[in-house]
Amino acid sequence: MAAYIAKRLLAAIPVLFGLSIIVFLIMAMIPGDPATAILGSYATPENVARLNADLGLDKSLPQQYLIWLGNLLQGDLGRSYALNRPVLDEVLERFSATLILAGTALVLCSILGLLAGVISAVRQYGLADKLITVLVLIGISTPSFWLGLLLILAFAVKIRLFPASGMYAIYGGGDLPDLLHHLFLPALTLAVVATGVIARLTRTAMLEVLRQDYIRTARAKGLTERRVIYRHAFKAALVSVIPVIGIQAGFVLGGAVYIETVFQWPGIGSMLVNAISTRDLLLVQGGVLVVAATYVLFNLAADVVQTILDPRLR
Amino acid sequence: MSDTAAPAMPARKKRGGGRPSALRLLLNNTLATTGLLVLVLIILIALAAPFLPLPDPDVTAPADRLLRPLADGHLLGTDALGRDILSRLIWGARVSLAVGISATLIAAFFGSLIGLVAGYAGGRVDALLMRGIDMVMAFPYILLALAIVAALGPGLLNALYAIAVVNIPFFARNIRGITIGLSRREFVDAARLSGKSNARILFGEVLPNVLPIIIITMSTTIGWMILETAGLSFLGLGAQPPQADLGSMLGDGRKILFTAPHVSIIPGLMIFVLVMSINLFGDGVRDVLDPRLKSGALTRPVARTAVERARVPERQPHKDNVLDVVDLNTQFHIGSSVYRAVGGVDLHLKQGECLGIVGESGSGKSVTAMSLMGLVPTPPGRITGGAAWLEGEDLFAVSDERIRQLRGADVSHVFQDPLSTLHPLFTVGDQLTEAIMAHRPIKRSDADKRAEELLRLVRITNPTERLKVYPHELSGGMRQRICIAMALANDAKIIIADEPTTALDVTVQAQILSLLDTLRRESNAAILFITHDFGVVSAVCDRVAVMYAGRIVETGRTQDVLENPAHPYTGKLIDCVPVLGQPERRLDAIEGRPPVVDNLPAGCAFADRCPRAQADCRAGEITLSPFGEDRAVRCLHPLERGAAHA
Repeated sequence: MAAYIAKRLLAAIPVLFGLSIIVFLIMAMIPGDPATAILGSYATPENVARLNADLGLDKSLPQQYLIWLGNLLQGDLGRSYALNRPVLDEVLERFSATLILAGTALVLCSILGLLAGVISAVRQYGLADKLITVLVLIGISTPSFWLGLLLILAFAVKIRLFPASGMYAIYGGGDLPDLLHHLFLPALTLAVVATGVIARLTRTAMLEVLRQDYIRTARAKGLTERRVIYRHAFKAALVSVIPVIGIQAGFVLGGAVYIETVFQWPGIGSMLVNAISTRDLLLVQGGVLVVAATYVLFNLAADVVQTILDPRLR
Repeated sequence: MSDTAAPAMPARKKRGGGRPSALRLLLNNTLATTGLLVLVLIILIALAAPFLPLPDPDVTAPADRLLRPLADGHLLGTDALGRDILSRLIWGARVSLAVGISATLIAAFFGSLIGLVAGYAGGRVDALLMRGIDMVMAFPYILLALAIVAALGPGLLNALYAIAVVNIPFFARNIRGITIGLSRREFVDAARLSGKSNARILFGEVLPNVLPIIIITMSTTIGWMILETAGLSFLGLGAQPPQADLGSMLGDGRKILFTAPHVSIIPGLMIFVLVMSINLFGDGVRDVLDPRLKSGALTRPVARTAVERARVPERQPHKDNVLDVVDLNTQFHIGSSVYRAVGGVDLHLKQGECLGIVGESGSGKSVTAMSLMGLVPTPPGRITGGAAWLEGEDLFAVSDERIRQLRGADVSHVFQDPLSTLHPLFTVGDQLTEAIMAHRPIKRSDADKRAEELLRLVRITNPTERLKVYPHELSGGMRQRICIAMALANDAKIIIADEPTTALDVTVQAQILSLLDTLRRESNAAILFITHDFGVVSAVCDRVAVMYAGRIVETGRTQDVLENPAHPYTGKLIDCVPVLGQPERRLDAIEGRPPVVDNLPAGCAFADRCPRAQADCRAGEITLSPFGEDRAVRCLHPLERGAAHA
């Protein structure tokens, strides 16, 4: 198993390389001249040329990439000009908040999605199945940013059960109950779409598995139906749902952009939106890179879990 | 799967104009139709926006700001600048729809192109294109769109490009998968041989076949794209004022959420209705165009076959018989058709006896065997008549819990393909001990010991190590031995063996047969042996029953039936078995196919394939009549003694 994980980690390296190239290229493709953008349109050509040389922009693209990559590997993602601090520091600080939010949402959508999917499959065409099917359809069609606003109106304004924004109370907060109190609404909102997707796929996977010959064998052995469904069928269905959960990690990490904006969560998503508006491109670059790399690791973890469950993949 | 779950499909009857059209199927789906109606309505209103009597969406009126819905002249109220929300909503929906559809078309065009080229070209081109696609997919979807917007700068058109780009991989992957399959097909080879250019084959031959998949992918992604572009606008990165789409309206309204919630709730609701209608319609399109996903195909079989007996036989079981089956009827109800898979079968088994049931696929032999313990999948199967007594207990009348107690204990099963019948994710030991512990209140460690004994019993060496392996790590013969061990776990009185050797190599077949035979003599269990092979019957069965079209057509002692088959069908089946040392003997395949069991002819079901058929064979019901000692045959013109091998 350790050898397998090591192998998968090694296989992730080229993917991370690819990510870095894409991020670099997207930023390199920006129209216009960064030096002019920084110095303003009245800058003298000499000053522009000097700044271009300072920024390394007079070198060829592959050279620029290698310099950038070298800095990246030393943990130097440049400086945010709007915040006037190293990009890495800002990104890491913000990223922990995002991880708390997205991680909670991911756990939430996995549990709820699997549960709803299994119930739906077991009660196929029953009332519970119909109800879940409709809820799932509504869930995956709802704009999460709008749902967030509705929840704020309902729970923060009307019945004042949960706070509308932030990660901690401004005065006297900061402990775990306070965090959970602030976390509940945004994590729930973020989890809705992914829950729907996971529930749908779990239902299909369960129905698929329940038709398999080995389920007939389990019944022929005289196992209780509960054991047939929750042990034999669920384990097999889980193997095909795990990669989907890995993919949902990407949607949750990305969806955090909206939810953090709506709930003013101090994470990397709201940072990115601000950075894009202020054209703080190094900050955008660093943020995108860190989140994308995290997503690669999430998928890797999904692969490993799948392999633990399914001996045929080893 | 063995043929229990797959009754022969009927030749589709032409109804009026033949197959129901895709559109009709779609309209039969209420949800999809509703989605389509709402969507069409929204599109029509959006298209008609310039002609509707609406106030100018961009005219501000500070005096009328933040009017609530239902205000005079403003049905949905006004926003912070006093602009009419209804008008802005319709014009905004117009923008959102246009952007969503354009993004979908762009993504579909480039994605399909990449998929087609990669799938058709294969080799290095494929590898290169797909690695690129994988790289793009390694990004969280929305994040990549953000990065692109960051580079291009905020704006509706840039948001459109960004959303289109991040959706290209979905199309590329789906289309490539289908194209690879199509490129190996005969019609593509034929086109190549006829000298058509690659481009003409790709776009003339392959593309039309891929089109449904492109449409499915479009219908399932367009909702997403509208949602995501609205999201970018909501963040202030899409539509810039004064231009407004639904997302930017929502984003503007957010700032005054607490004072005037309607300004943000209304456009959000509109996005939701729009996306929901598209998703409903898209699901319907997918169901119609992708038969694999049609709902009926994925029905969950319940734990026990449904029993709906029209009549229960009056005859009581014979006390010498472990198993007594009288007039068993099992049907499959699929849509409006009824397949009579088993139409009145009588069977009996004495202790330690082996009865073979022989017949072609679709003859109902497996369904007969699986009906006994309620293992025929419901839906679509149901037992509609007869009784099966296990030592005097009517198996179709007992409770579900009683059936569970009997399964794997008094009556156990060995199925056809041991690779698919063993659970792939549990070890052999787990599966064996589970079978033991389901019926005996013993500790896990004792169950482990018992499992080891069982493996020794079925002649598996190193039983302790074998308990720890997974089914896929064993050979086919070894796996079937495990299944047999599982069937023996609780000293069954009856073992139902459903083609247990069919999936195995010939040499392994012989070993498994002799193992079963030895174990039967040691344990004195009765065996119901389902097979299509008379060679196998002659090796292990005491008696044999030949089935055709859901009925027994001949039964008797194996020796008698083999030497002097009476039913012409039995004769034909025996002729199918090659005999060692008689290479000159002609192996006859039986001409024609077994009848479809939803529409059986009157009289003998075999008449159409029978060389001896006469007019009276088709006239009416033919009974299973006694034919010598312990022998019965359902035939008006049985073969004479010695005629079969003439």
